[in-house]
Amino acid sequence: MEKQEEINLLLQKQDLEIDLLLEVIFRQFGYDFRDYNKAHIRRRILHRIQTLDLKSISELQHKILHENGFIEMILRDLSINVTEMYRDPSFYLQLRKEVFPILKTYPFIKIWHAGCATGEEVYSFAIMLKEEGLYHRAQIYATDFNPLVLETARKGIYPVNRIKEYTQNYQNAGGSQSFSDYYIAKYDSVILDQSLNNNIVFAEHNLVSDSVFAEVHLIICRNVLIYFNKDLQNKVVKLFTESLIKGGFLGLGSKENLMFTDVYEKYQIVDARERIYKKKIQI
Amino acid sequence: MIDNQLYKTIVIGTSAGGFKALKTIITELPQSFCLPIIIVQHLSPQSDGFMAQYFNQISHLQVKEADSGEPIRPNHVYIAPANYHLLIEKDETLSLTVDEKVNYARPSIDVMFESAAMTFQNRLVAIILTGANDDGTKGICTIKRLGGLTIAQSPETAEVGVMPKAAIEAGCVDLILGLEEIAKLLSTLCHRPKGSIQDQ
Ligand SMILES: C[S@@+](CC[C@H](N)C(=O)[O-])C[C@H]1O[C@@H](n2cnc3c(N)ncnc32)[C@H](O)[C@@H]1O
Repeated sequence: MEKQEEINLLLQKQDLEIDLLLEVIFRQFGYDFRDYNKAHIRRRILHRIQTLDLKSISELQHKILHENGFIEMILRDLSINVTEMYRDPSFYLQLRKEVFPILKTYPFIKIWHAGCATGEEVYSFAIMLKEEGLYHRAQIYATDFNPLVLETARKGIYPVNRIKEYTQNYQNAGGSQSFSDYYIAKYDSVILDQSLNNNIVFAEHNLVSDSVFAEVHLIICRNVLIYFNKDLQNKVVKLFTESLIKGGFLGLGSKENLMFTDVYEKYQIVDARERIYKKKIQI
Repeated sequence: MIDNQLYKTIVIGTSAGGFKALKTIITELPQSFCLPIIIVQHLSPQSDGFMAQYFNQISHLQVKEADSGEPIRPNHVYIAPANYHLLIEKDETLSLTVDEKVNYARPSIDVMFESAAMTFQNRLVAIILTGANDDGTKGICTIKRLGGLTIAQSPETAEVGVMPKAAIEAGCVDLILGLEEIAKLLSTLCHRPKGSIQDQ
């Protein structure tokens, strides 16, 4: 056989093994990664195999099935929990300018952070709601499918080494106080103001398999859809559309877009650059 | 030795000094050039897509920042946005992630190169230009192993030679060339008859 054919065959087998692995994870543990972007999944799996010095994907599959607690590591590998406070400050600034004035007209507001990871984004938002006098009449649902990150999120304790960057971000996001009012530094951690937590509920929710759980005024779901293929993106934005009240708002990550999804005509654009959308009142 | 009809995509990785080097190559390419080019250039997290807009104005090609889910099209140049890794899917679409930095970089050249290698195998041309670290070396080695054509800018001609030198020393580079020579070589890889209808 020619060398190039051999390479091709090898890669085909690798793809097959990855598909089988995802099937195993789904059938045995209920986490469905089958419609995530494949290049990302492949990279994470091959990386894990390399760090553990395994010979094949099948060997990894054996461990997942037979070693207690192993799946948690794989879940962590595949669910990228990277986040920060006020990521893309201009997004927060625009929400403050264009969306908050309308939210203020409601007596009570419900907000859903989908894929909130370790919670930095949720607290960033809570601080902004406080400064705008909206917090006391808000209910915030913050969800993720990874129970481990939710534990961290509930605590609201973060490493101190990023606080300089966060302070800068906070200011660029239009923060009106001194950022240090919102935390106490202790050893190498900062503990966020615990009262920020009063109106937040952190809960497990899987965007792939769980259904609508509340009717909300605003959904923030950033840097989650980029990991999904087209079909899954469509499914999830449909879920968001069912969840939003008429005239409710949707904020996506800076590289995510409703334009290529099935629900596009159900929304009007509030801010194209910041990917902020409003569900039309008449659909 | 080079089969001009074989190649489907070109990938380029660069860091310090990359803006000027890329400018030289991209402006040298003729209107008839029809392969897609996918670029990772290390950028500060605050960069706002200026480079893509600028290159688009001064070259014959359609240059843009890569969007998530976008299909790779001929005659287009895609630049990885700041703060995202850029990956290439098997169905020849682009995808972005916010995964941890790799080699202190996001976007990382290794991440893009490795995914490109899996998709295009021997139909890929990879180029490492000027840069001050060794991001891209692992990736270009994967590309070589899977049959792609690998090129490094000759370190003496590079603004910063570290990056191409690392790739060369790893033994993963087929051709060592200056910028003009690289542009000339790329031009021979694909030509459409003059006056043919452009892609959008
Ligand atoms: C990259 S983080 C984004 C965090 C934050 N929204 C931000 O932009 O900084 C992606 C998060 O989505 C979560 N996620 C991935 N797939 C999910 C799913 N099917 N259902 C719910 N959450 C999911 C991951 O666990 C992870 O915490």
